[in-house]
Amino acid sequence: MQITTVVNGKSFTKDVEPRTLLVHYVRDVLGLTGTNVGCDTSSCGACTILLNGESVKSCTVLAVQADGMELTTIEGMASDSALHPIQKAFHENHGLQCGYCTPGMIMATASFLKENPMPTEAEVREGLEGNLCRCTGYHNIVKSVLAAAEAMEGAVK
Amino acid sequence: MFPASFDYAKARSVADAVSILSSVEDAKLLAGGHSLLPLMKLRLASPSMLVDIGSLAELSYIEDKGDYVAIGSMTRHHDISWSRVLKSEIPLLPYVASQVGDPQVRHRGTIGGSISHGDGASDLPAAVLALDAKFVIVGPKGERIVPATEFFVGFLETVLSPDELLTEIRVPKFSGGWSFQKFNRRAQDWAIVGVAAVNDGGTRVSLVNMGPTPMRARAVEEALADGASIEAASLKASEGMDPPADLNASSQYRRHLAEVLVKRALTEAV
Repeated sequence: MQITTVVNGKSFTKDVEPRTLLVHYVRDVLGLTGTNVGCDTSSCGACTILLNGESVKSCTVLAVQADGMELTTIEGMASDSALHPIQKAFHENHGLQCGYCTPGMIMATASFLKENPMPTEAEVREGLEGNLCRCTGYHNIVKSVLAAAEAMEGAVK
Repeated sequence: MFPASFDYAKARSVADAVSILSSVEDAKLLAGGHSLLPLMKLRLASPSMLVDIGSLAELSYIEDKGDYVAIGSMTRHHDISWSRVLKSEIPLLPYVASQVGDPQVRHRGTIGGSISHGDGASDLPAAVLALDAKFVIVGPKGERIVPATEFFVGFLETVLSPDELLTEIRVPKFSGGWSFQKFNRRAQDWAIVGVAAVNDGGTRVSLVNMGPTPMRARAVEEALADGASIEAASLKASEGMDPPADLNASSQYRRHLAEVLVKRALTEAV
């Protein structure tokens, strides 16, 4: 089946099998391998991307369901050579250890901060409940999200 | 993990969806897909065709109808948990919706999908049961309205025929206390046991994960109506229940948990 999506601002029309998962469409069809597959059971959040601006677990969405929609993956966050403020905050606050969960954490953060631009620490922890870090580096991840919120305040609505 | 192959059709309207369902053997509706797709990836379900109702915007709404609120079946958990109308008129429901899964799941999952899936371990089916909601169902012969109390019939089984579609959930407003207690080990997990309580003159209590379907705790409700104390009534929480045993909890532990959580819920709601 033919689907058209706008991914990181660029339009793509591709043939996919109905059973193709969105994460495989992004990784294997479009070659955007920044999005990771973790648990493959919608638990861990490593595959989180934005669908029409909202976080989803792309292992539990069919590519055909995204037909006509806008996708943002981790590759769409930085502009030219400048890191996105969320990426910068993760970098500066050591918000990653092995880095496997990081693309998902950053995309979940992007969606969360749109809904709650000035969160408390407790709200950050709840807002990221769908993302697991197997290094258990949560403290610095939370610190990064709070720093990103501060950096983005007023800049992104 | 891939699901087994299936045919795919995008429904253009409710009538279109019903017509496809009536003409294709073993076709299944796809809403947000957050219950169905995991089952298909595990090959526990292998429908021949998915009829995608995801683009039917006419099924996504929350409307104040006077003494009840009408919710379109494709309204997402996210939209329910943020709804001002629901927060002021039926606060139990947005709170329960905010406890389902995690933000990503709530961005995709729909109330109609969750109810049609009919999982006794899911939060929203138990909530609408305690709220005495009614469901509007459309099929080839037209529309019928079924109360929540008659909708859930067995493990992942409801009164929906294979060619029917749940289109609207009608939830009566209430002006009393309420509570939702969800006990789980990790933030995004299903409830090991959950309790929804509504106190609106009478008290209605329903239980999550205490049987094959969401269950009304009738023994508790009757005891309260007869004037029993909260303490005494909550001891009847698992009367008539046959709770499942799994890796998280034995059946006996669930019975104990139900009593504790019903007591907490009633203390908050009554």
